[in-house]
Amino acid sequence: MQLLCDFYALPLPEGLFYCKRNGVCMTKEKENAEIQGHVIMDAAAINRGLKRIAHEIVEQNRGVEDLVLVGILKRGVPLAERLAEFIEEIEGKKVPVVKIDITLYRDDLTTLGPNPIVGVTEINVPIEDKVIVLVDDVLFTGRTIRAAMDSVMDFGRPSMIQLAVLVDRGHRELPIKADYVGKNTPTSLRENVHVFLKEIDGKNQVIIEKLNHEIKKK
Amino acid sequence: MTAWTKKDLLGIKDLSVEELELILTTADSFKEVSARDIKLVPALRGKTVINFFYEPSTRTKMSFEVAAKRLSAATYGLSKSGSSLQKGETLIDTILNLEAMGPDLIILRHSAPGAPHLISKYTQAGVVNAGDGAHEHPTQALLDAYTMREKKGKIKGLNVSLIGDVAHSRVVRSNIFLLNKMGANVTVCGPATYLPKDIAGLGVKVTTKVDEAIEDADVIMMLRIQLERQGRKSLPSLREYFDFFGMTEKKLERSKPDAIIMHPGPMNRGVEIDSSVAEGPRSVILEQVTNGVAVRMAILYLLLGGTRNEDTN
Repeated sequence: MQLLCDFYALPLPEGLFYCKRNGVCMTKEKENAEIQGHVIMDAAAINRGLKRIAHEIVEQNRGVEDLVLVGILKRGVPLAERLAEFIEEIEGKKVPVVKIDITLYRDDLTTLGPNPIVGVTEINVPIEDKVIVLVDDVLFTGRTIRAAMDSVMDFGRPSMIQLAVLVDRGHRELPIKADYVGKNTPTSLRENVHVFLKEIDGKNQVIIEKLNHEIKKK
Repeated sequence: MTAWTKKDLLGIKDLSVEELELILTTADSFKEVSARDIKLVPALRGKTVINFFYEPSTRTKMSFEVAAKRLSAATYGLSKSGSSLQKGETLIDTILNLEAMGPDLIILRHSAPGAPHLISKYTQAGVVNAGDGAHEHPTQALLDAYTMREKKGKIKGLNVSLIGDVAHSRVVRSNIFLLNKMGANVTVCGPATYLPKDIAGLGVKVTTKVDEAIEDADVIMMLRIQLERQGRKSLPSLREYFDFFGMTEKKLERSKPDAIIMHPGPMNRGVEIDSSVAEGPRSVILEQVTNGVAVRMAILYLLLGGTRNEDTN
């Protein structure tokens, strides 16, 4: 779909978008390159973290019978796919990966500003009595996970739901805790955590960016 | 980013290509919701939607109602019969009273062209035009476009023929606006009495010969003979109309084998379309109805989901 430049309300050439951070039109790659901050995980660290999580999932569940990985759009999906690959290396069995979009389950949908684009949920395997592992990139307030659990429950009654995240940055607002964590990183509200994944952003990296204002929590 | 900023959906004419694309793309996500076992998401919980139908409707009214309920909005219906409109209350007074009950969205079907535009000035709620006289029927055009895109993979470059009562059809007008914006080639066809004399000015090919209209068509859309909108009869007889313009298997032999048959409903079987065509393998008429729910969910979501900047509309 052709995107519109917010500022000029003109169609933008393909590949460009209006970057609010910088106030100019640029490519996604350029914006990503301009996010400066402290690198807390590089490609190798992300890989090691995911490998360990894969082992923990297999160990915790005593195998991979009845396991379904659910990637939360958008960066949870490639993470879930990578976890499934590692699990296959360990156990020699393919674990189904499905994806959910939580937009319609958000508790802040009507106060958020313009409508978020709705992604397509694809739960094409039965989840009744399965062990669901939700996969997301950053665990923050826990509200996304609450929405994801509600969404999953509408597709059936899983026997259990577990949670795997690449980064846990703290600041929970709901009684939610991750079962598998790539890296625990206590942060302040004047910091932003950016996860870049090769499948979406062209590089594998986790960066903590210093902000000069407090984040409005979503 | 493409973002929805409008309060109302009054017609296709006011929409940009990007907005049309946004609605169609968003509808993909909602088609998936309608395919679930539990066809319900909490997106519009707590929102109030009033279905105000001044003219009879089966598909549009139910489709909006189903769409709103699947998004968890509360829906209320009001029709001409059974309301104080029959006691002589004016449309504007009716809307002011509805407004006092704090609705978030009013879906209006009315026999007067421009009625939704008028009421949108009297209410804070969003207004959706569900058909205003012979003017526009934007959600129908959007669900038609969605169906064409689904069946043909694109809209740009498609040859679309609209055949029948062009003069009295709001569906035609909305479809012409939309298809022109999205780059399809539109042909309208009907008896001369059903072709407004300036219709070519909308940028369409005009013909009175069905054979000519269907020859290169990828999409053949039959239009209903709107007997309720005609003061004077413009046809010698329905039988004769069927012979010349009604779509039959025989006439279809001249069309492309992969052309699809559409009809906005309600159908007059044996007048503009033969039953064997309506139920034939190329007919996508009931799929249009299914897609209508997804498209209307997308529209409700876009109008009610986010917050709007007050000065953008």
